[in-house]
Amino acid sequence: MKTFELSRADDPGQAIAAGAKATTAQQGAEIRFIAGGTNLVDFMKLNVETPQTLVDITHLPFDKIEALPDGGLSIGAVVRNSDLAYHPVVRKNYAVLSEALLSGASVQLRNMATTAGNLLQRTRCMYFRDTAMPCNKRQPGSGCAAITGINRGLAILGTSEHCIASNPSDMNVAMAALEATIHIRGTKGERSMPIADFHLLPGSTPERETVLEPGDLITHVTLPPPAPGSRSLYLKLRDRTSFEFALASAAVVVTVAGGKITRARVALGGVGTKPWRSPEAEAELTGQSATPAVFQKAAAAALRDAKPQSQNGFKVELAKRCLAHALKLVTQTA
Amino acid sequence: MPTTEEIPMASPIGRDTPRIDGPLKVSGTAHYASDFHFPGLLYAVPVEATIANGRIRQLDTTAAEKMPGVRAILHRANIGKIFRSSLGEGMEGICIERRPPLVDDVIRYYGQYVALAVADTFEAAKAAADAVRVTYDKNKPNVESQLKADDDPPVVATTYGTEKRLQSERGDAEAAFASAPVKLDQTYATPSETHNPIELQGTTAMWDGAKLTIYEESQAIFNMRSVLAQMFGLPQENVRVITKFVGSGFGSKLWPWTHCPLAAAAARKLGKPVKLVLSRKMMFQSVGHRAHTQQRVRLGATPEGKLVSLQQDYAYERSMLDDYHENCGEATSFQYSVPNLRVHFGRAKRNIGSPSDMRGPGAVPGLYATESAMNELADQLKIDPVQLRVLNEPKIDEGLKIPFSSRHYLECLQVGAEKFGWSQRNPEVGSMKRDGLTLGWGMAGAAWVAARFAAAANVELRDDGTARVACGTQDIGTGTYTILAQLTADKTGVPVDKVEVVLGDTSLPEGPVSGGSMATGSVVPAVFDAADNAAKSLMTLATTTAGSPFEKNEPDDLAFESGRVFVKANGPAGGIPFADILRRANVRFVTGSGESKATFEKKKPKFSTHSFGCHFVEVTWQPEIARLRVNRVVTVIDAGRIINPLAGRNQIEGAVVMGIGMALLEHTTYDPQNGAPINSNLADYIVAVNADAPSIDVHFLGYPDKVINPVGARGIGEIGLAGVAAAITAATYHATGVRVRALPIKIEDLLTSSILA
Repeated sequence: MKTFELSRADDPGQAIAAGAKATTAQQGAEIRFIAGGTNLVDFMKLNVETPQTLVDITHLPFDKIEALPDGGLSIGAVVRNSDLAYHPVVRKNYAVLSEALLSGASVQLRNMATTAGNLLQRTRCMYFRDTAMPCNKRQPGSGCAAITGINRGLAILGTSEHCIASNPSDMNVAMAALEATIHIRGTKGERSMPIADFHLLPGSTPERETVLEPGDLITHVTLPPPAPGSRSLYLKLRDRTSFEFALASAAVVVTVAGGKITRARVALGGVGTKPWRSPEAEAELTGQSATPAVFQKAAAAALRDAKPQSQNGFKVELAKRCLAHALKLVTQTA
Repeated sequence: MPTTEEIPMASPIGRDTPRIDGPLKVSGTAHYASDFHFPGLLYAVPVEATIANGRIRQLDTTAAEKMPGVRAILHRANIGKIFRSSLGEGMEGICIERRPPLVDDVIRYYGQYVALAVADTFEAAKAAADAVRVTYDKNKPNVESQLKADDDPPVVATTYGTEKRLQSERGDAEAAFASAPVKLDQTYATPSETHNPIELQGTTAMWDGAKLTIYEESQAIFNMRSVLAQMFGLPQENVRVITKFVGSGFGSKLWPWTHCPLAAAAARKLGKPVKLVLSRKMMFQSVGHRAHTQQRVRLGATPEGKLVSLQQDYAYERSMLDDYHENCGEATSFQYSVPNLRVHFGRAKRNIGSPSDMRGPGAVPGLYATESAMNELADQLKIDPVQLRVLNEPKIDEGLKIPFSSRHYLECLQVGAEKFGWSQRNPEVGSMKRDGLTLGWGMAGAAWVAARFAAAANVELRDDGTARVACGTQDIGTGTYTILAQLTADKTGVPVDKVEVVLGDTSLPEGPVSGGSMATGSVVPAVFDAADNAAKSLMTLATTTAGSPFEKNEPDDLAFESGRVFVKANGPAGGIPFADILRRANVRFVTGSGESKATFEKKKPKFSTHSFGCHFVEVTWQPEIARLRVNRVVTVIDAGRIINPLAGRNQIEGAVVMGIGMALLEHTTYDPQNGAPINSNLADYIVAVNADAPSIDVHFLGYPDKVINPVGARGIGEIGLAGVAAAITAATYHATGVRVRALPIKIEDLLTSSILA
């Protein structure tokens, strides 16, 4: 870990002004916001991140979970994962989000980790973590050791020849299925975007993971009101029972009416370079009966473009089973 | 059932006894090796090689040396002389990685130390270590996982002495296999596994003139003393090693690793105490691991299931310079009756840190292979796997041709089957269902060596009615403190909570290694002897103290039982508490020393001494999501008398959970390009967590083995892990129809299952 300065932002403007002095808000940023620190501090210890300045944003007024007039929900950037997971409205209206949060990390980590931090969670690729190894995400142009190395846990969707790092967050997958909106305040004012547009595919610039620019501060995330009659669920598959990143996971939000699926939102985790929303699966489901054959068709559609590496071909089948089973569970107890 | 005639009912031996060091540990007041602080203490952080094969071209310390708080960057040119150690007699001079650290510029494994940063704080030392610039002439490392044995001579040197590669042979195994009506020929592989005790390894070293003191979480303080004395050219009495508590070792802390002399050399160079604690990443690189093995097992049998031939040909990985022997044949020659047998091994050099002993070394991977082969043979013959083992029960140890001291393997199988409900098993794959899940049932047997290391101890009886027992062994978290209190309490009548136990210091009488599951069995006779001698001192005092009620007696007239001294002829009723005698004499304590000899690796033993056991396992299989979980385990252990069943069950439960890790999760993975153990952290190296722990029912048979010691206690540290993986792979096959012969079983293996919900 390199020596760094820690400052505390007492209002959003101060944080934005401080952050704007960096040359990038992506890999290698000289100035970083810190909240829970559960991810960033690890990378600083490994010298994967070496910011000169950390700006503590935990005192900013973004720690509330509030109902919106349209029936949706606003979630502050520094709301802790545990508080979000156990919030009664989240449990009632957005079960998939609560389940996703509780399937991730450990109690101790969830007590520290925040909403915005989780949106920005970095990959668990082992080569990204080791500064002695080549990694295009950490050091653009150095190569990808994972493609020729150990890649069992890495992505099969959205990859490029430069990077196959998977997005490790569970929360993001649920947020993708819930069509969350990310709200950002920056030097040019406020803007917002669907979560689908927030994370970037690696392409030839895997060091760029989000749309954030220097000074951009995530203030909150909003969720639309729950679709009438919808049910949601998160299913996570991994080697051990707890405290492990997903090999494959599925977030599903489904409405069944009159024996037909009238609305479906599907996102996959553990398999994509970003939280993987699947319009292909949604299209296969909409208007169809909730039957195993339909679920399997949807699962096949979701994985149609998968590009397996030397060790993670099994994820294609595993993700299919994960999604099909999640759809079965979410529709069977209605 | 166990006989109890020689242990009185009031004895603490055999009673569930909470650990006497428990309150210290849960209140954070137990001092582990790296918890000690000293004035002027400096912190050291090693610089790790980032290649696995090659040579250091240049080591540039300029920037690092100028950093604030940095005292020195030590490397080959300035660290000072460190000698090579060599194997001594008994349990002395044992060291796996013999090359003194920094002695040359050749890199043979990833993470090999190339320099050492020493600074006023840990943070400054870490920053300086990161700032050392090393360039290398790099060669492609050999971390190939397919093991083809190197061209070795028939007899090879190993860490513990020479070994014949043809380890055991009787009859003509090849010919008997060729003509056997039923044959099985399969190869089983176990991966590199890393011990991962939660307490990181580390050394705090300090010098007082020519005397060196080391605080280290060692499983063998006296061996560490002997190795360090050699490495620094010191008389043994000039080295003191202190290990008060150990946060588990699993074998990784048995023998000294290179960080230890590095810390001592830095302390010598700088004239200050130096603390060096490893990172979790270093724990994967330079303090040993369980060797990756490949084992071909060939069984020949009659159609009825009687074995006629058993061959085990195994290969294991080793480091470029070291000779650690992964003895997969440990249990093969005696576990079953078979007239024709051949056990042979080969080795394959790799650019890896040396493998080392890991809980149940050799026997655990070995039994995984041979017990798996037995299970496959049973399936092939359509015989119940329990019945196959019963059919092949030996009358004697057929390898050594001597009787077993105490073997109740068949009773283990019978009790285990009964407790598990094995008779309800439908052998057809995928046939057993419950609550929408497919069940798989499997079983396997276990064995582990039992013997004694040499041990010495000292017992004091004190004037306040308390006792003290001292022994230079160590408690690695298994309950040795409590065992010594129980043994002393049994002999002196002092209650367990009034016995002070002092361990973990080479200034104490030399105690056994905490390894091989032998510490407990080894200390029994030494402590008993010491207590008897303390009693003799007491009786002498009782007969020579003016005003003592026994002044007119001879020592031989007296007896000491349950804390009271009395005249034998008058019986215990007329006795008085020993503290009264001491107080009357104005003596603070009387003392007795005791010792016992080693039986381990005795040249001509009369008995084959081993522990036995078996596991019955239930897994659940959910094909829809390819989820396999271990749901229920029944384990029966024949390990002699259990001194503390509470801690004993705990040991076996822990071992079973570790077995789940071995069967389903753990695998140290080497990067094919760089040779790094790439999953070198606890998120990427998957061990079983609490949520993976099934219901575990542990049962001890409890037959005392008086060949081992007067209590009849054998060790239980390792036997619980042996066989678990074979039982799980058998249960997995039963549930899924997928036969996995390379551990760990992975989800990708199970996706091929045709068993549906």
